[in-house]
Amino acid sequence: MVSNQTIVIPDFRQTPRVDQVGIEERAARITKRSLKKETKLNGLLLALNMIDLTTLEGKDTQGKVKQLCYKAMHLHDSYPGLPTVAAVCVYPSMVKTAKTALGNSGIKVAAVATAFPSGQAPRDVKIRDTKFAVQEGADEIDMVISRGKFLEGEYHFVFDEIASIKEACGNARLKVILETGELGSYDKVRRASDIAMYAGADFIKTSTGKISPAATLPVTLVMLEAIRDFYYQTGKMIAMKPAGGISRSKLALHYLVMVKEILGDAWMNNEWFRFGASSLANDLLMQIVKEKTGVYQSKDYFSID
Amino acid sequence: MAVKKSNNTLKLQFDTSRQYAPAPESASIASIKSRYELFINGAFVAPTEKKYFNTINPATESVLSSVAEAGKKDVDKAVVSARTALNKYWKKMPGKERAKYIFRIARMIQERAREFAVIETLDGGKPIRESRDFDVPTAANHFFYYAGWADKLEYAFPNRKVQALGVAGQIIPWNFPLLMAAWKIAPALATGNTVVLKPAESTPLTALKLAEIIQEADLPPGVVNIITGAGSTGAAIVQHPDINKIAFTGSTDVGKIIQRAIAGSSKKATLELGGKAANIIFEDAPLDQAVEGVINGIFFNQGHVCCAGSRLYVQESVYKIVLQKLKDRLETLIVGDPMDKNTDIGAINSKQQLETIQKYLQIGQKEGAEMYQSSCALPKKGFFCRPTLFTNVAQSSRIAQEEIFGPVLAIQTFRTEEEVIEKANNTPFGLSAGVWTDKGSKIFNMTSQLKAGVVWANTYNKFDPASPFGGYKESGFGREGGLHGLSAYVHLI
Repeated sequence: MVSNQTIVIPDFRQTPRVDQVGIEERAARITKRSLKKETKLNGLLLALNMIDLTTLEGKDTQGKVKQLCYKAMHLHDSYPGLPTVAAVCVYPSMVKTAKTALGNSGIKVAAVATAFPSGQAPRDVKIRDTKFAVQEGADEIDMVISRGKFLEGEYHFVFDEIASIKEACGNARLKVILETGELGSYDKVRRASDIAMYAGADFIKTSTGKISPAATLPVTLVMLEAIRDFYYQTGKMIAMKPAGGISRSKLALHYLVMVKEILGDAWMNNEWFRFGASSLANDLLMQIVKEKTGVYQSKDYFSID
Repeated sequence: MAVKKSNNTLKLQFDTSRQYAPAPESASIASIKSRYELFINGAFVAPTEKKYFNTINPATESVLSSVAEAGKKDVDKAVVSARTALNKYWKKMPGKERAKYIFRIARMIQERAREFAVIETLDGGKPIRESRDFDVPTAANHFFYYAGWADKLEYAFPNRKVQALGVAGQIIPWNFPLLMAAWKIAPALATGNTVVLKPAESTPLTALKLAEIIQEADLPPGVVNIITGAGSTGAAIVQHPDINKIAFTGSTDVGKIIQRAIAGSSKKATLELGGKAANIIFEDAPLDQAVEGVINGIFFNQGHVCCAGSRLYVQESVYKIVLQKLKDRLETLIVGDPMDKNTDIGAINSKQQLETIQKYLQIGQKEGAEMYQSSCALPKKGFFCRPTLFTNVAQSSRIAQEEIFGPVLAIQTFRTEEEVIEKANNTPFGLSAGVWTDKGSKIFNMTSQLKAGVVWANTYNKFDPASPFGGYKESGFGREGGLHGLSAYVHLI
């Protein structure tokens, strides 16, 4: 790794500009790739293995979380040899339950913290929220940035906040949610990405899933290009997680093509790329089974959760 | 892990085993006859001299079909039939009736879009993604657009009386065979002219397919005649005394010959010739989108584009980063079977063109420029060329001055706005240019000072039927497309 001293923090008002028409055209071009046969099957299996299976509801209970964890480990037992998902994503209060339920399956527990989803809380509350989740056993923390401060131009505030949460994370990997649906332009998405990465994010993540639009292909492309530029600047790989609005296999495959063509093969695994999704898993399973048997099966053959 | 100790060795992994499985479009959609005759006076007729030539698939070098070669007598027949059709039907027909025929052609192209795309790719070597998403839909759009004008000519030229020129002789190139046919035929028909069109000898099939559509659309016989052949057929058209207008798209060399041939005659002409467009990236540009635009600007259609952005000027402060991005993007371009839906760069149109390109690759290296090519493997058969970048290029290098018409980009740097304007205009051509900057005022300054018929800002290779296209200087004269495209086919009284 390049030592931290060599990383020069840039002036975030000067982050590279993004042309809206150009980025959307490029994203559309990526959807023109046609994935067939073994490429398609491998893509579907890989996407399955990249999912952060998520439940983030006020009505979440221990019972619900336990069932979700079982699903994470046993996606579709009638089809042997399937991978598991990458992680289960829950509120901090459910971390212990999830951790216990997942045992030594290797599946990570991610906790949303920092007054998710609005982030409208004082910093010490956010730090306590984070520390609590880590103490409960969370392997990964999904934080939200203060979008209000960001839109006010208080980039130092946003930077410092991310840095302090990163410190509170200890060994847990930090995902920084930009909530791109609230930022208003691709230029701002790029700026927020740069701030997050320089402040210590391990992942940058599009959305909470509570705001529409959530993840889109062009927004993800902006963030992947930011990751690539950061990598060339610092030698540090940053992971990416689009979240929300990805429920179809075909769309998931478009995302994988994008990762492959922008960042290359080193990012093509669940250490460096994740999908924040819940209903995507079953669509992938349906497609995987169809690839094997040649026919689509009824939804009722796939467990909900 | 892709992380290395020093910045110099950082490299993203694109050249890996993780490749896309073949996704070929089915060739069986297209019905290609083993032999094609000349389309004269609404019927397919054999050439007088019974001569035929083969058209091949440049990706496999296999013969697709045998095509009639029109001699002088055949050209004469075609012109006579066009003249007769003009006087007998087309001149008398009200604009709204002409429009119906043109609309019909447009719709029929759309209905058979997939077949057209497949034939275009088989005959010309361009990737199916491009013929499917660009050539065929844009061709249909041109017919739709000009169909709309046919009964509104008095509004196009207020207070003037509009009169058709007569018989138009049209000669089109091999790079966009169907699209160029549409560019030529649609405005001619809309303004009440009749047509003798000659497609290029290496790519005649989609024009002949268009002839079948025109026959099915029940256009009055002789309004559109499509005759195939090589240079001598084209010369016979140009020299024919009963043709009122020559519309030519092709090389500057041939354009000069045509202009000499028609000098002193009453023939009108529009010539759309070569280019050596400058694509200019300023330091404040959205760099990733600029790089994508440059890539599309030069590698679209294997660089066989008269308005290809074949010269790149990068402001020195962002040169390194732009070059890095260009090289990374180059690695993800897929070169190969044009029929594969994932192919970005297909086959070079002909062996002759491939040799021309290779000659320039050698010239570039001899001139001391540094050549960089992507690491992709090329198919064993067929005519293919890796996408190529040249750095260390001087303004006086031949690769920066002459049109290569292939996937070869010459990269130069610049320091100031004045410098790049001067360099960009320092060429005998003047067809197109591209400007990449985030600053609106700079765009206006550049576009008003660049001597090019088309200047794109923060985009490249955008074509719309409503927008005129044409060149300055040795890139030709006259405009095609839009309102301007109409005036090339009318007398205003």
